[in-house]
Amino acid sequence: MNCDFTRTVLHGYLDGELDATRAAEFERHLESCRECATSLGSEESLRSSLQRSGLYENAPVTLRKKIHAGLDAATASSVAIRIPVWRWLAVAATILVVASVSWFAWPPRAKDGATPFTVAEIIDAHVRSLQPGHLTDVASTDQHTVKPWFDGKLAFVPPVKDFADEGFPLVGGRLDVLGGQNVAALVYSRRKHIINVFVMPTKEPDTPIHPPGLRQGYQWRHWRRQGMEYCAVSDVSDSDLYELAQLIYQ
Amino acid sequence: MSGSDQGKGSDVLDAQDRARFEQLVLPHLDAAFNLARWLLKSRADSEDVAQEAMLRAYRFFRGFHGGDARAWLLQIVRNTCYTWLEKNRPVELMTEFDEELHPQPSASPEALAIAGANRERLTRALETLPPRFREVLVLRELEGCSYKEIASITAIPIGTVMSALARARQRLQRALTHASPQEASREL
Repeated sequence: MNCDFTRTVLHGYLDGELDATRAAEFERHLESCRECATSLGSEESLRSSLQRSGLYENAPVTLRKKIHAGLDAATASSVAIRIPVWRWLAVAATILVVASVSWFAWPPRAKDGATPFTVAEIIDAHVRSLQPGHLTDVASTDQHTVKPWFDGKLAFVPPVKDFADEGFPLVGGRLDVLGGQNVAALVYSRRKHIINVFVMPTKEPDTPIHPPGLRQGYQWRHWRRQGMEYCAVSDVSDSDLYELAQLIYQ
Repeated sequence: MSGSDQGKGSDVLDAQDRARFEQLVLPHLDAAFNLARWLLKSRADSEDVAQEAMLRAYRFFRGFHGGDARAWLLQIVRNTCYTWLEKNRPVELMTEFDEELHPQPSASPEALAIAGANRERLTRALETLPPRFREVLVLRELEGCSYKEIASITAIPIGTVMSALARARQRLQRALTHASPQEASREL
């Protein structure tokens, strides 16, 4: 009734932390020990309850903002100590010049190769989507449910594919607005993180996947392919984001 | 990464540090907040403590020499949480870390109670556990940490992570089973 394996080794097995020999040994044991088999079943069910009940709590946007302010203070104030006054004047002059130049150069959207939306818009849309209840309009891991859902809601058909086997399960889709146009937002997850892929039509030629951008702790990747403009944004690492971008690009 | 979580914090941080920090550490803000929330059981307090921990991590960032940035940050978050608990809720930390492992009844009431557990009941059951049990469960099941990462974050020897998890899971099952009869009827 009190199998020693139940108490400890079973947990290493459940967590995938046993080496191959011990795992095989435990599997052999499992065939003959009812107690372990039952316990394993109930541990698995406990695990799936824990993981499926939405217990993970993401950081609120207010916290993100406060941290950025704190980082600004910690960086700027330490710089201030070291920089003599004349350099501040030089900095101020530079800012004036840059400001007046950008006044004429603004908006940058018309520029060749530029995106029809700003980075701030993408990050805002991503952050907004993480608010409770905002992530998806259609929640489904099935691409055949998500794709038809966009029918009639947009003037184009976004390509929708699930990449669960590659580690990027589709979570659902949503309508969003970027740069004043309606766009499709495809939502993928990577471990506990959310990736938004914004899709809209374009007349511009294809591009490769552009190098990553980083702002406020979020990364994005942008590319154009077969008449569609894509922008993937998330707080996952860039290598993850690039992997998903490549999957979609293919 | 064992021992103290910080290097020296006296360096002046520049824009390059800032960019590196944003790339390596800041993406783990959700993990930081989630761990704090489960250790402190309060969103408001967790916001303050996670903020403090993140800024602390930034100050000590030059002491981070690569490796697992999430584990490095979570170690700081955990330490900040425990310092906060010691100051604000010392009683909670006095609960004994139950070393005894009770024989596990293999009957199915547990399985039933667990299968029907919803978010609210799981939350309450988790919150009744002592922090040291709660943290290993949160790190393993919600954060998906490996045993090695759990060991470095919680400063328990890697050889005991498995048994700490075994005890924590058993406690959680018990909490769920004991809470279930009246809970179940209330949910109906």
